[in-house]
Amino acid sequence: MDKVSLVLVSHSREIADGLKKLLGEMQPEVAIAAAGGEEDGGIGTNAEVIARAVEEVYTEKGTVILFDLGSALLNAELALELDGKKQNVRIADAPMIEGGLAAVIEAGFGSSVEKTAEAAEKAYEMKKIDRS
Amino acid sequence: MITTGTAENWMENFKELILQNKDELTTLDQAIGDGDHGINMARGVQEMHAMLQEKTFETPGALLKAAAMVFISKIGGASGPLYGSALMKIAAEAGDKAELTDQDLLACLEAGKKAVQQRGRAETGEKTMYDVWDPIINTFRGEETIDWKAFKKAAEQAVDSTVDMHAKKGRAAYLGARSIGHTDPGAFSSRLFFEALADAAQEEN
Repeated sequence: MDKVSLVLVSHSREIADGLKKLLGEMQPEVAIAAAGGEEDGGIGTNAEVIARAVEEVYTEKGTVILFDLGSALLNAELALELDGKKQNVRIADAPMIEGGLAAVIEAGFGSSVEKTAEAAEKAYEMKKIDRS
Repeated sequence: MITTGTAENWMENFKELILQNKDELTTLDQAIGDGDHGINMARGVQEMHAMLQEKTFETPGALLKAAAMVFISKIGGASGPLYGSALMKIAAEAGDKAELTDQDLLACLEAGKKAVQQRGRAETGEKTMYDVWDPIINTFRGEETIDWKAFKKAAEQAVDSTVDMHAKKGRAAYLGARSIGHTDPGAFSSRLFFEALADAAQEEN
């Protein structure tokens, strides 16, 4: 695989699955895995669910994780520690939808994992309405 | 002295205390959190109990590591990775020792405290479980033997200290000053964690 892949971590399975579908429409050539909800589909995040999603799409080129709220970050970090072998993963500090869109487009160009994560993080600066 | 049996009693006592206080944890979490702490913790300790029934362990470290994995996979949310990471580091510090002295145990708890701090990016006074872990370990650091009665008392006082705190982490942080006046649910379950340890260690002596 010559492109960076994405993992979407949300407290809601539907949000993660829905965003995966949305981003897949925008750029079908980037591998995306959804890690939404608890093991049983309930609201929450779970390190093992995230670890499996990373496993699903990880490549040597790297993987960027996008997450929604608080404990999603705790569980994403723990998932990476549990595995320990997947060195080339970046957790992006980004708004999930806008950052996901920026990341999937950047990854589609064959950019590095650093550049893809950076594109996601820059989404914080993007204004949706110009009020000037 | 903590043997594999003591570690098992610690975890089993924790299960009992969580189940006895499940409704209290839910009530506390409904006030400032998302209301699932009692349910999540109860599910985790029940799964842990089932695992302990099924397996046998040679050392306290091996038992606590297995308990950590159950917490990580079955509790989820923030409590799963926090308790899971703490137990993982406690187990790593215990290594393959068959028995832990009180000093060994304090070193283990210190490692667990650091895990809670790092995983949760927690600081003192933010109204989290760290506000129980930190003062307890600070109080007993360097002691040769642990006075378990004082240990339980310290845990209780630490929980009470969270009432006046202004939450800075988790869902409670969105409440801002409205979080003041409530006991932190994670601090309360942490008190039960230490109470369970004290009871197990006392039984041993």
